[in-house]
Amino acid sequence: MLAIYKKEMRTYFTTPLGYVFIAVFLAVSGFIFAVSTLQSQTSDLSGYFQLMIFGYIVMIPILTMRSFAEERRAKTEQILMTSPVSITGMIMAKFLAAFSMFGVTVLASCLYYLPLFKYGEPNVAKAAGCFIAMLLIGMCFIAVGIFVSTLTESPVTASIGTMGILVGFAGAAIFNNLIDTYLIRYVLSWISIYSRYINFTYGIFDIAATLYYLSITAIFLFLAVRVYERRRYA
Amino acid sequence: MIEITNLVKNYGSKFAVDDISFRVGKGEIVGFLGPNGAGKSTTMNILTGYLSSTSGEAKVGGIDILENPYEAKKLIGFLPEQPPVYPDMTVDEYLNFVYEIKQCKLNREKHLTEIRMVTKIDDVRKRLIKNLSKGYRQRVGIAQALVGNPPVIIFDEPTVGLDPKQIIEIRNLIRNLGQNHTVILSTHILSEVQAVCDRIVIINEGKIIADEKTENITRVVEENRKYSVKVCGPQREVQAALNGLAGVVAVEATGERDGDSYTFQIEAEKGNDLRKALFYAMSERNWPIIGLEAVGMNLEEVFIKIMDADLSRKR
Repeated sequence: MLAIYKKEMRTYFTTPLGYVFIAVFLAVSGFIFAVSTLQSQTSDLSGYFQLMIFGYIVMIPILTMRSFAEERRAKTEQILMTSPVSITGMIMAKFLAAFSMFGVTVLASCLYYLPLFKYGEPNVAKAAGCFIAMLLIGMCFIAVGIFVSTLTESPVTASIGTMGILVGFAGAAIFNNLIDTYLIRYVLSWISIYSRYINFTYGIFDIAATLYYLSITAIFLFLAVRVYERRRYA
Repeated sequence: MIEITNLVKNYGSKFAVDDISFRVGKGEIVGFLGPNGAGKSTTMNILTGYLSSTSGEAKVGGIDILENPYEAKKLIGFLPEQPPVYPDMTVDEYLNFVYEIKQCKLNREKHLTEIRMVTKIDDVRKRLIKNLSKGYRQRVGIAQALVGNPPVIIFDEPTVGLDPKQIIEIRNLIRNLGQNHTVILSTHILSEVQAVCDRIVIINEGKIIADEKTENITRVVEENRKYSVKVCGPQREVQAALNGLAGVVAVEATGERDGDSYTFQIEAEKGNDLRKALFYAMSERNWPIIGLEAVGMNLEEVFIKIMDADLSRKR
């Protein structure tokens, strides 16, 4: 498992993929940051994080699209599947590699917050809560991306498919406001990653939401494992 | 070392592997021979744990690959049909990755150097795999299968894409491996199995149609004598004269001309070597023979032969 993790991390940096992700992430987050805090003259980060969720929809698929689709296309998955590594181990290794890339980049973007201390008094505890929530949301999105990547041989299909699902997850909150039927609202609120984030913006560390994010991650990783197990039997 | 019992793999109503059973002993080199789509790769993929079987079992070193894949996979080195190499890695990086993923315990530097030497890829060790030629890539694939010195080595068409010199080298390598490894290799080239294998398993449409020692199969093949002969002389008369030879079953003019010579295909009776008779018959009439060669059987003909033999044995 460690071998696959190391290999994945190396691939991010020996191909343009890792650099493209870091560059796009820092550019987009820098822009959103400037608009939502400095331009609006506030030191509150929750608005920035809220917008970043939509940024993730576009950026996370860059990170995950190749993970299994490319292996399948190049038939290199055969070496992974005929080596003494469990399918769960293989999927976890790829997930953790993508999450490490994401986590490090998000950490790097924390440098943006420094100027806020010069012009205002940001609420550090609240920002930290939001920050952890953002990491959890990124984690969910990566799990979705990994799952979609196991379904196809084409990285492009994987990235578009991932974006589709993520738009559904993030957009559910918007639809929720437009629909009256209780049942549909109930289902939509269940899948709404976005609305669960709201509590964090009020400075509440929402344990239920944390568990929700972790569960979504676990479900999609489990589905990815099932896809691989099923493929062996197909 | 390898036991396959009543193995079946079907995709709906299409049977890729249809009730195959065979065993391979320790230190044996077995050739898996069959036309494209016969089920060779499927069988190998099942044996290595890449695919699962619909029914039946595959055991490696006494361990069932479905029940305990983790332990079974440790015993196997596998070269799939397409070498599973990562284009963005250098050869060294790739071999190190394989070393780690296989949880190899041998001395890393020494072991990998040894493998690079026997597969002759030491000169490209610092190069990216995507920049290597097909032959080198294939050899990196072979090197990968040797990492960890597994007791069972499975090669799916190992010599595809290699030039003739490399083919000979790889065949020698496989023969050497056979001294202390169990090797299964698949191919659709008859001469390849003849050159390397102790035993041949022939498979067609998912079924085993022959499982014999190499000598036995070679005998079947050699009983059939076909010659291609080039004679300088008038076509019709030459053909008539050839037909008149004792032991000739059929003569066919191929219509091929080379200067003033014509080429004929002659089929001889079983066990009758008529090359000398042919020479005297032609020289009597002053028609020089400028070419004479035995025509080897191709795989289809071997199949037909073996299947015929199989049928007549059953009767």
